[in-house]
Amino acid sequence: MAIYGTALLSASLLIGLIFGNLLGILIGVDANVGGVGIAMLLLITLTARLQKSGRIKAPTEAGVLFWSSIYIPIVVAMAASQNVIAAVKGGPMGILAGALTVFTCFALVPLISRLGWSDSEPREPS
Amino acid sequence: MNEVIDSLVQVLTKYSLITAFAVIGFTVWVSYYVSERLMHGWLHGSSIAILIGLTLAYIGGVKTGGSRGISDVELFAGIGVLGGTMLRDLAIVSNAFGVKLDEFRKTGWSGVISLLVGVFIAFFIGTLVAYSFGYRDPVSITTIGAGAATFLVGPVTGSALGASSEVIALSITAGLTKSILVMSATPFVAKYIGLNNPRSALIYGGLMGTTSGVTGGLAATDPKLVPYGAMSATFYTGLGCLLGPSIIYLLIRQIV
Repeated sequence: MAIYGTALLSASLLIGLIFGNLLGILIGVDANVGGVGIAMLLLITLTARLQKSGRIKAPTEAGVLFWSSIYIPIVVAMAASQNVIAAVKGGPMGILAGALTVFTCFALVPLISRLGWSDSEPREPS
Repeated sequence: MNEVIDSLVQVLTKYSLITAFAVIGFTVWVSYYVSERLMHGWLHGSSIAILIGLTLAYIGGVKTGGSRGISDVELFAGIGVLGGTMLRDLAIVSNAFGVKLDEFRKTGWSGVISLLVGVFIAFFIGTLVAYSFGYRDPVSITTIGAGAATFLVGPVTGSALGASSEVIALSITAGLTKSILVMSATPFVAKYIGLNNPRSALIYGGLMGTTSGVTGGLAATDPKLVPYGAMSATFYTGLGCLLGPSIIYLLIRQIV
């Protein structure tokens, strides 16, 4: 049933967030440290195991895939609820600080991508 | 006639999440139509949809003076739920379904390096900008630098150090600009920075760090890359909140 997939997904998110919170408390910051990331790792490992033993049926998968298929609409809704006014009004300094950072980091993506490739490893086509 | 409008508004407000599904669905449909028919794929449908979303947020902000974009308009409150943290995180995690763990392993240390470089570069540039605009006290400089990391790291660092509310507001501006710019510019720069495989997406997520910007930007570039970028980006804010009020503040205090 589809709810099994959605429940699996929800449980992964909740467990990840709880760990993220605990991790935050542990290192003394008031934020969720990597909760969503932990949840993703959890979902990946869980589904890999369940798929191997053939315990995930198509309807169960549909319960997860629905959420990933409405991902873009959710992002659009997220964009529509941003505080765009504050960003525009906040003055040139804030905008400059944000914009400069973004473009510097864009430029760094190919640089860091090149780090850590070993010679034996085939490069992915670019 | 008034009764018709009243009952319409009443239903749309009461069922606000359903209204949001309809409104966002229509927005996405219009965006993909414009992309395919009028722009012949020059600008991807999801980029157009995100740009329309940001425009709606601007209009909502002008109309209500609130801070949550179009969702501050009562009729569209459901958009705030649909695009809020809860459903967004659920959808991000759902993207991990079917992802191969090997892709994460292959990135290895460069993922971690990208996170550290990303946080330090953001602080460095934010700090330089603050300094060149005449700020000289280490608390304000650090807070503005933190804002260049993400709009969460800014206020968290600022309140930890006791910065003024004006400076905290500035740091939020820096973070919001970053998030919005990453969201809208990523599809345009993607091919120039080699953002077309899981590995570079993971590194990109670590460098940029803004979860909303990274997931929005990758969704408009190639939805398959979203889980990889989101994965590293979710560690960024925590790392920034950890390093900002501690090591980075101490460093800046030494220098200034």
